[in-house]
Amino acid sequence: MSKQITVVDGPHSAILGIGSYRPSRVVDNAEMCTMIDSSDEWIRQRTGIIERRWATDDETLMVMALGAARKALDHAGLQGSDLDAVIVSTVSHLTQFPAIAPQIATELGATDAAAYDILAACAGFCYGLAQADGLIRNGSATRVLVIGAEKLSEQLDKTDRTTAFLFGDGAGAAVVGPSDEPGIGPVVWGSDGAAKDVIRLTRHWDEPGDEPPYIHMDGQPVFRWASTTVAKKTLEMLARAGLTVDDLDVFIPHQANDRIIDAMIRTLKMPEHVTVARDISHMGNTSAASIPLAIEAMFERGEVKSGQLALIVGFGAGLVYAGQIIRLP
Amino acid sequence: MATTEEILAGVAEIVHEVCNIPVEDVQLDKSFIDDLDADSLAMNEIIYASEDKFGVSIPDEEAKNLKTVGDAVAHIERAMN
Repeated sequence: MSKQITVVDGPHSAILGIGSYRPSRVVDNAEMCTMIDSSDEWIRQRTGIIERRWATDDETLMVMALGAARKALDHAGLQGSDLDAVIVSTVSHLTQFPAIAPQIATELGATDAAAYDILAACAGFCYGLAQADGLIRNGSATRVLVIGAEKLSEQLDKTDRTTAFLFGDGAGAAVVGPSDEPGIGPVVWGSDGAAKDVIRLTRHWDEPGDEPPYIHMDGQPVFRWASTTVAKKTLEMLARAGLTVDDLDVFIPHQANDRIIDAMIRTLKMPEHVTVARDISHMGNTSAASIPLAIEAMFERGEVKSGQLALIVGFGAGLVYAGQIIRLP
Repeated sequence: MATTEEILAGVAEIVHEVCNIPVEDVQLDKSFIDDLDADSLAMNEIIYASEDKFGVSIPDEEAKNLKTVGDAVAHIERAMN
């Protein structure tokens, strides 16, 4: 037999810092209703959304991602040069290649860091976190930056009364690094390509048309899938980490719709003491950015503390879902 | 085999949880939308929770026709037996 390959196991991993970027322009439901035939009351009742943020022209995907990344590095007490991998999850990088991650790595001073984009829509942050955890634990990386960044307003038909009011822009980031204790639980993830059409673009980019491809969503099947299938998968996320809902301090589901969050809480029989993220009311659905945005908002409001156990779960176009238990930095 | 009364009690429990309506107000002749404060999303949730609780399937096309508690109970009863 020829010589063996040397492999070195890495340490446990944990989130060391969290940061986010909220675009400056607030679009409330009243303004929304100048574009679509709807009402503040209807939107609030069906989704919990009071307002969302739509980035200005200057607030590019890059600007938002860098803003979130720098805050996450500050929170972790680290610099860009400390990173050896950068993973960006986005559906909004409309230049298909090169990926945006290498440009972000370079801007941050993460010279020669591994850098790549992933596309797992609203599950993207949890997919990226699972990869970062794996890279650190198998010794491939020491400190990994995971970014979820979206400028969905560029892909919205602002006259479509079924989608226009739902989506927003923003970015969130987490620095993942070595830890004495496990700070990220095993990921539970999966997909269902048979349901590829329920959340999709209205057409292919190279098909003729006067307008760009827009986001289309069939609300009812998505609601059913999220509030039943995905909700049950979250119990597996707890079980694989050796925990029950009673052990949780915080529940941070992807911020798609307040009513999906309510349905999940009922399915999980979530105890009263668990703090539940409701950032949807001020941000709308920001896809891959929603979970880190919600975490930072909860820190800012003093609703959560460092060291608490949180269940995060993302789900969206693909269909794809992923989630894990994390210890808050 | 569940009786009509048992199915009604199960559905009433679900409506209570989803819509915060007292269990005793959930009667066979009550309309989900008009009497029990359910909107279309609450209606979805009631359907999914019923599928779970009674181990039956209620496709979205059929769910649309379930206007009253009695409609839902009858559908579940047929599906179970």
